[in-house]
Amino acid sequence: MNRLAAAIASRAAIIVPYLWLLVFFLVPFLIVFKISLSFTAISMPPYTPTFDLSEGWAAFTESLSELSFENYLWLRDDALYFNAYLTSVGIAAVSTFLALLIGYPMAYAMARAPDSLRPLLLMLVILPFWTSFLIRVYAWIGILKPEGLLNQFLLWLGIIDAPLIITGTYAAIYIGIVYSYLPFMVLPLYATLEKMDFSLIEAAQDLGSTPAGAFWKITVPLSVPGIVAGCMLVFIPAVGEFVIPDLLGGSQTLMIGKTLWNEFFANRDWPVASAVAIVLLLVLVVPIMFFQQAQAKAQERDR
Amino acid sequence: MKSCNTLLAAATSVLALVLAGGAAAQDRVVNVYNWSDYIDDSSIAEFTEKTGIRVVYDVFDSNEILETRLLAGGSGYDVVVPTGLFLSRQIEAGVFQELDKSKLPNLENMWDFVEEQTEKYDPGNAYSINYMWGTVGIGYNPAMVEERLGTSEITSWDIAFDPENLAKLADCGVYFLDSPTDILPTVLLWLGKDPNSTEQADLEAAEEVMLSVRPHIRRFHSSEYINALANGDICFAVGWSGDVFQAADRAAEADNNVEVAYSVPEEGAQLWFDQMAIPADAQNVEEAHEFLNFIMEPEVIARATNYVYFANGNKAAEEFIEPEILEDTAIYPDDETLEKMFTVMPYEPRFQRLVTRSWTRIVTGQ
Repeated sequence: MNRLAAAIASRAAIIVPYLWLLVFFLVPFLIVFKISLSFTAISMPPYTPTFDLSEGWAAFTESLSELSFENYLWLRDDALYFNAYLTSVGIAAVSTFLALLIGYPMAYAMARAPDSLRPLLLMLVILPFWTSFLIRVYAWIGILKPEGLLNQFLLWLGIIDAPLIITGTYAAIYIGIVYSYLPFMVLPLYATLEKMDFSLIEAAQDLGSTPAGAFWKITVPLSVPGIVAGCMLVFIPAVGEFVIPDLLGGSQTLMIGKTLWNEFFANRDWPVASAVAIVLLLVLVVPIMFFQQAQAKAQERDR
Repeated sequence: MKSCNTLLAAATSVLALVLAGGAAAQDRVVNVYNWSDYIDDSSIAEFTEKTGIRVVYDVFDSNEILETRLLAGGSGYDVVVPTGLFLSRQIEAGVFQELDKSKLPNLENMWDFVEEQTEKYDPGNAYSINYMWGTVGIGYNPAMVEERLGTSEITSWDIAFDPENLAKLADCGVYFLDSPTDILPTVLLWLGKDPNSTEQADLEAAEEVMLSVRPHIRRFHSSEYINALANGDICFAVGWSGDVFQAADRAAEADNNVEVAYSVPEEGAQLWFDQMAIPADAQNVEEAHEFLNFIMEPEVIARATNYVYFANGNKAAEEFIEPEILEDTAIYPDDETLEKMFTVMPYEPRFQRLVTRSWTRIVTGQ
């Protein structure tokens, strides 16, 4: 009897994440996918056809036949969308690389710090989350704007004669994204580096490896899971980022988030907006799935 | 287990008490969704005091956000305040219910000039009453502009749409609203064309004008210019009247030696109207009507105008409006200027798409 209960319990434990995925990913995905196959209309909601099961099965199948992939053809035919995806992926990739460049030494230093100091350092990384994300981005406006803190400081030092124009440029977007997502890079890196057995480094050095060689041949390969996790956590949200480019960037930056906003709010075209969102999901999810599969295979091979 | 049951029983009885109490008090509520910073708070308290109706007051800061919530349905609001251009499309979509004018005796206070204008969006003013109205004009910093143009007064759209003029202001900062429906009609007016034209050739001509001044525009944004003008970060913005007055007000409060002026250029300007309406699925229709009627009390709406520096559509309210506001022709334009004002109507979805695409080319260069 008890064994049966245990079996059910273990099954239930597996069901929970699947249920989570179903309710919070698959169902919304299908709704958005369905809207992306519809057409705009001046009505509530602003697209057609809408499914009404109360009108019977025949009406349902008929509205099903009205759906079409025309909106996706629309996306293909205007270079605007392709360019927006490209810009977004490019900005996200550069930001992820910069975050890794800054985050890795931070995580490494934290992992090598004395045990007593680590909780404090961890706390410092998490601390910014205690203030609203939006307020921190606004604070960057105050720092970077022409008569902001940074320019005043540089002028006072005499390094520059005229204020630098930073807000409204790509540089400001990179600063904003790298700053905002840095903790997501540092935390998984720290988690892997902290578990690393540093006696391996000593062994390598005993065997005549230079410190740099030991770092490249041992530390980096062992921290790959952390690097991958950190890069994913920064890259994925950065592609769809809307707030940071809107507040810090210039009008000329065309990211996919803004394009989506335009379709949804300015054109009131929920179907095309949905199609943009679905394509964005495919652009992100498919490569990531392939990557993870390759990773899993590689890990199995190593065993 | 027993203690658990007792707790449950206690909780149930408390819940029952709360429910009973709520029903006994006959809590009358009206859920209002208005623009942020758009009313004098004392008016809301006064309404509750007079009628016993509790006001749940919620705010938004863009028509798009409001529209999305309305179109999705079940917004839960009883009174909302869209701008005319949006209102007319929403009426067509079936978002609103017709007003019961027998419950709105204060309609007699309204201003016929404004009613004539709003009728273009809402035929017969069947669905809405006017709350505030204003213009799309030029906000600027007179001192910085004088330094560069030799005059501290801007009276023409030539400054905004002639690249030679705007180039002189580029270094002190130029902002435009990030909204094609608020800029392109004015460009058409300046070109001597019909602001409401839906000819593709006219749209292309307007785009050409905007592309020619684009290099001198630092940013397209629909709210940032308020603070930017107030701080002296920029010297020129094409924006909404009330926002510019708000910037002037903030600059005066900060006492930072920044002055902000507003101009309605002599060629004319686009009018906009914020209208109060009741969603079709509103839960508290009776209370919503009482609220609308209260808003049309001359003293109440005058107090709102004295607070936000926007003109309202209530003729009877004029005697309660502070003279400095009523006499300011930038807020209450004289009859001659009013003649030159124009309104814009919503585009067909197909033309709207062309307009948005053209705007994206102007703003991003793609």
